[in-house]
Amino acid sequence: MRSICMYFQVHQPVQLRKYRFFDIGDSNYYYDDYQNKHTVKRLSENCYIPANEIIKALIAQYPERFNVAFSMSGVAVEQFQKYAPEVIESFKELAQTGNVEFLSETYAQSLLSLGDISEFERQVKAHSSLIKEVFGQQPVTFRNTELIYSNNIAEKVQEMGFKNMITEGAKQTLGWKSPNHVYKSSVAPELNLLLRNYRLSDDISFRFSQQNWSEWPLTAEKYVEWINNSDENEPILNLFMDYESFGEYNKEDSGIFEFLRSFPEMLIDTGKWEFGKPSRITEVHKAVGEIDVPYVISWADEEKDITAWLGNDMQQQVFQSLNKVAPIMATCTDKILLRDWNYLQASDNFYFMSTKWFSHVAVQHYRNPYASPYEAFLNYMNIISDFLIRVKEYAENTVKA
Amino acid sequence: MRVLMFGWEFPPHITGGLGTACFGMTKGLLKNQVEVLFVVPKAYGDESQEAVRIVNASDITLDVTKEDKKYFDENFSYMEINSSIFPYASPETFTEIIHEERQTEVASISRVFSEKFEFSGKYGDNLMEEVSRYALVGGKIASRHNFDVIHAHDWLTYSAGIAAKHATGKPLIVHMHATEFDRSGENYNENVYNIEKQGMEAADRVITVSNLTRNIVINKYGIDPEKVVTVHNAVEPVDKKVLEIKKHVKEKIVTFLGRITFQKGPEYFIEAAYKILQKDKNVRFVMAGTGDLMEKMIKRVAKLKIAEHFHFTGFLKGDDVDRMFGMSDVYVMPSVSEPFGISPLEAMRSNVPVVISKQSGVAEVLQHAMKVDFWDIDAMADAIYGLLHYQSLSNSFIKYGMEEVDNLKWEIASQKIAAVYKDIVDIKNKNS
Repeated sequence: MRSICMYFQVHQPVQLRKYRFFDIGDSNYYYDDYQNKHTVKRLSENCYIPANEIIKALIAQYPERFNVAFSMSGVAVEQFQKYAPEVIESFKELAQTGNVEFLSETYAQSLLSLGDISEFERQVKAHSSLIKEVFGQQPVTFRNTELIYSNNIAEKVQEMGFKNMITEGAKQTLGWKSPNHVYKSSVAPELNLLLRNYRLSDDISFRFSQQNWSEWPLTAEKYVEWINNSDENEPILNLFMDYESFGEYNKEDSGIFEFLRSFPEMLIDTGKWEFGKPSRITEVHKAVGEIDVPYVISWADEEKDITAWLGNDMQQQVFQSLNKVAPIMATCTDKILLRDWNYLQASDNFYFMSTKWFSHVAVQHYRNPYASPYEAFLNYMNIISDFLIRVKEYAENTVKA
Repeated sequence: MRVLMFGWEFPPHITGGLGTACFGMTKGLLKNQVEVLFVVPKAYGDESQEAVRIVNASDITLDVTKEDKKYFDENFSYMEINSSIFPYASPETFTEIIHEERQTEVASISRVFSEKFEFSGKYGDNLMEEVSRYALVGGKIASRHNFDVIHAHDWLTYSAGIAAKHATGKPLIVHMHATEFDRSGENYNENVYNIEKQGMEAADRVITVSNLTRNIVINKYGIDPEKVVTVHNAVEPVDKKVLEIKKHVKEKIVTFLGRITFQKGPEYFIEAAYKILQKDKNVRFVMAGTGDLMEKMIKRVAKLKIAEHFHFTGFLKGDDVDRMFGMSDVYVMPSVSEPFGISPLEAMRSNVPVVISKQSGVAEVLQHAMKVDFWDIDAMADAIYGLLHYQSLSNSFIKYGMEEVDNLKWEIASQKIAAVYKDIVDIKNKNS
């Protein structure tokens, strides 16, 4: 039987408040609590809770055939605990069905796999213990921030003991190969790779409610037909997307929830397909080849590279500043400093500073609270300046003590 | 396509941005196969003629009938007594004069006088007087030349444009480079307002230099939105002379350059400077220019006790402007109301990052600039501080800014203007 692997990303960055240069050294609270509460509440009502209900119903209907995976950042878990505990409860119920796999990622949804590697490892471990604590599962499948991947990262991830890793089915690495197989890393032979089928994933996530799309409206029938028409020798299909695709990117009135309910039903009813967990799929379907990725890839844009986060001077300056204090933060025991460290690292903050969007405003990030990348940088840099002063003071005091 | 264009000044004799804009525009129009016949009140003879034929309004001999002369004399004498106020009932009066004159020309009514008018072509006390005389001449010039459309720049020339339209029946386009509200705030001159309004009402199309100005034209003058088109200004590419500027102070320099008037928002610059100096004394602020608020600004700086770091240069021109840009680390344009605002583009061309107010037309076309509300002193101070302290920010502005400015070409803006011409001529032809 062929397998569909669905993984949904659940992440909400902590939005930063307007922070002026004259706040530096004067105020060390950086967050827009009102906005964060409002956003998390809205998303839980419009997206997480209703989508979870559908997933729950599908599991109840097909306990043998329907499984999914979630990856939830530590920052998102914290925000749910604070503003919408009902979301955590809902995911716990899903976890208890046994049909849901929780993936591993960095606690902060950080970019540190491209920077300080030991701090990267610490963040991954911190995330795993949080998931174990909240959902009672020890993750075995790793998903890096924005599906960022390279040979170097694969080696590290294997070394940390993961069996599987998820990344993008980027053309530049696949070439003529299909993403619809299990692969192995060319440098980490124990690590199975599941590659995102970006066309069929984006059909749901980005194109579902685009009325100028030639395939609009996308019905479950049509989508199922596309999947059924695919090459039968391809044993798997990986649909990876943000969970906010359901109810946020695509609003309820687009029919997205009905779609989420229907297409798995139709596929399972054909008798040819099942929906599997990543860890199970890599056991059933063996790797057919190796993937060599000397240059870093991600799931972003057409280019599938990292220029959206680290493409310009501003982003690089910020990233360098953060990395410089990583060794201090690795041993830091100050809870408030650690909290800020986590919140500030979210890749979203870097994304807001991207100058790539000047040419096509349409793909602007829906969460972006800034009018321009320059405003985003200015605000972030003011905050980082204050943060770095505090880290320095902390380090000096620790040495003295 | 041939256009009769009414301006008030043309390089090298300019007192403001209007002449420079017209020059760039005419050059751009030429590249778009539009021939320009440019009328200025007083042509000195050394105006650049590479793109246009300059018609000197002073060379026009004006024939006026007896009745008209009587009317003209009465009003003319009135004008001499109170020359800064527009003396005529309305610009239409002029049009009528011209119109009647033209209609009766064939009947060869006796000419009572034949007189050449000398136009000084300078802004000043006799401005209104000159505007009126310019209008009188407008129709005359129009009837002597062949063209397809009439294009009049700013209120000074609207009466001439209307006269030309009445004399020839050709479509009229008026170009709003600034409104009376931009120049004077709420204490606007009603006569000027009326000339602007009548000019736009008489026009077949109104071109505004920004959407900001377009909104003013629609909301404050009640002009039909259908006929108001925005064509953003552009800048002429220059062969950049690399000025090796030696800064004589070690501190960073933040510059305001422009008239020190209400419209330019100088006080917001001072308040932002004060905020920054509270935190960082390694900055000097420069206010270059002059204007009616200068004394008040000097007093405010003294009151805030920041005079050691805040300098006034008085009026700068030519190379001194370039030198000032060359010394600057940040350029700030905090205008309260700026129809377009070309100076940030000049700063960017000198590799100076800019902070501009959202209440400026140029903010609509620039991406590589910090944009703040003119009244938001905190945001303005924050933007300046960031540009002074975070090098990757200023580097990004420098890196992308030059390219952005270079892309704001008159050739492209003029293409839009040529399209407006074509559109209106087509409509005219269809209806006739």
